[in-house]
Amino acid sequence: MGVGIKVEHLNAWFGKTQALHDISMDVPANHATAVIGPSGCGKSTFVRCLNRMHETIPDARASGKVKMGDLDVYNGTAAVQIRRRIGMVFQKPNPFPTMSIYDNVAAGLKLNGFTDRRRTDEIVERSLKLSALWDEVKDTLRKKSGASLSGGQQQRLCIARALAVQPQLLLMDEPCSALDPISTGKIEELIFQLKEKFTIVIVTHNMQQASRVAEFTGFFLLGRLIEFDKTEKIFTTPSDKRTEDYITGRFG
Amino acid sequence: MRTRFQQGLDDLRTRLLRMGGLAEQAVDRACQAYIDRDLARCHMVLEGESLINSAEREIDELAFDLLAMQQPMAVDLRFILAVTKINSDLERVGDQAVNIAERVMDLVELPKADLPVDIARMAAAVSAMVRRSLESFIEGKAELAQAVLEMDNVVDRMRDEAFITLVKTMNERPDVTRQALDALLIARNLERVADHATNISEDVIFWVRGADVRHNVSPEPPLHQAITDTH
Repeated sequence: MGVGIKVEHLNAWFGKTQALHDISMDVPANHATAVIGPSGCGKSTFVRCLNRMHETIPDARASGKVKMGDLDVYNGTAAVQIRRRIGMVFQKPNPFPTMSIYDNVAAGLKLNGFTDRRRTDEIVERSLKLSALWDEVKDTLRKKSGASLSGGQQQRLCIARALAVQPQLLLMDEPCSALDPISTGKIEELIFQLKEKFTIVIVTHNMQQASRVAEFTGFFLLGRLIEFDKTEKIFTTPSDKRTEDYITGRFG
Repeated sequence: MRTRFQQGLDDLRTRLLRMGGLAEQAVDRACQAYIDRDLARCHMVLEGESLINSAEREIDELAFDLLAMQQPMAVDLRFILAVTKINSDLERVGDQAVNIAERVMDLVELPKADLPVDIARMAAAVSAMVRRSLESFIEGKAELAQAVLEMDNVVDRMRDEAFITLVKTMNERPDVTRQALDALLIARNLERVADHATNISEDVIFWVRGADVRHNVSPEPPLHQAITDTH
């Protein structure tokens, strides 16, 4: 099952440049939460702070409190332990090109020292089924490489790879921006189904997509969280003029 | 701001105002026709109906195109939805004007009867409601629209009084039953025009404030309540 995330007074820097200012947000468990805003507003930095990937960039640092369920992300928990509970899907599908479809999905398990082959088979199948790719690849699992799939299939493969380690939270950073409308539709349908089992945070530039898949939406601007509310409220009657100006295309 | 989209919104606004003008004019003409027993004005109302109907279709088409092609959000989405609903109300205002004109055409055929009902006063109140509801749309002012909502009760009372008085007249003076019945129907038509003006005002409030003021519905629960409910 997914867990809720409580973010309190989160700040992030790249060197001396502050990228996030005092972000506080409650991400509800087993729901999809969209993060929207113009380029450079801090959306990606925000999600990368949730799994402590932000600190992997030289000179980058963060302060504040992030709680994932009972786990304190920034205080006393190893980054590896955090990331084990959080799956991440990026803008561009990034399957391991030399690995088979099967090995791509099993990669995270192997990395964590998982050796039970029968159990691995089961997890690979379940993950591919969860990512709605199983029927398309079940006959070529070990024959075809991940890179031989179409862009949409590759992205679902990456989702399957993220799901294989049984995360509680799935972070998606513009997962459909490189996909055609049909593949996008499949990913969106997937998000809709996956949130029964996982908490999902999705960064998107596509506001229609945010409105289609997410129950909650946060609008970021210049590193600040301007408004966080139910998605239908954000897209029909936002409280802040800056949110309204952005989503109606008056700036950004 | 997307220029093409803004032009579409401006076009929609202009067309709706034009249609509002036609509907308002139709009601005023029908009421004046009643006061003056003027058949020519009745025919003008009947002939004007097709203009209102075609304006309704054009506005719906434009709104539909903007929804499909521009995927509007927030205030723009509320504006287009409000326009489509106001459009429908204005078309019905036009229908009520036609109904009034047809009653007047019937009355003109009958001997003039001095009825104890002030249709002209009611017509003035209803016209004011239509005019102010359209002003609230032009200016985008929810306060103006709110004032129209408060006028609706006054018109309802006028309709009730007219009903009681005219039924009594029909009982006491059978020779003017048909004239009284026509006047009663006109009072009912006017009251419906007032209802449409009320709807238009509610749509303006929805557009401007994002608030649904119809039927005293309670507001949405706050966000913290929504998040708590998910746990």
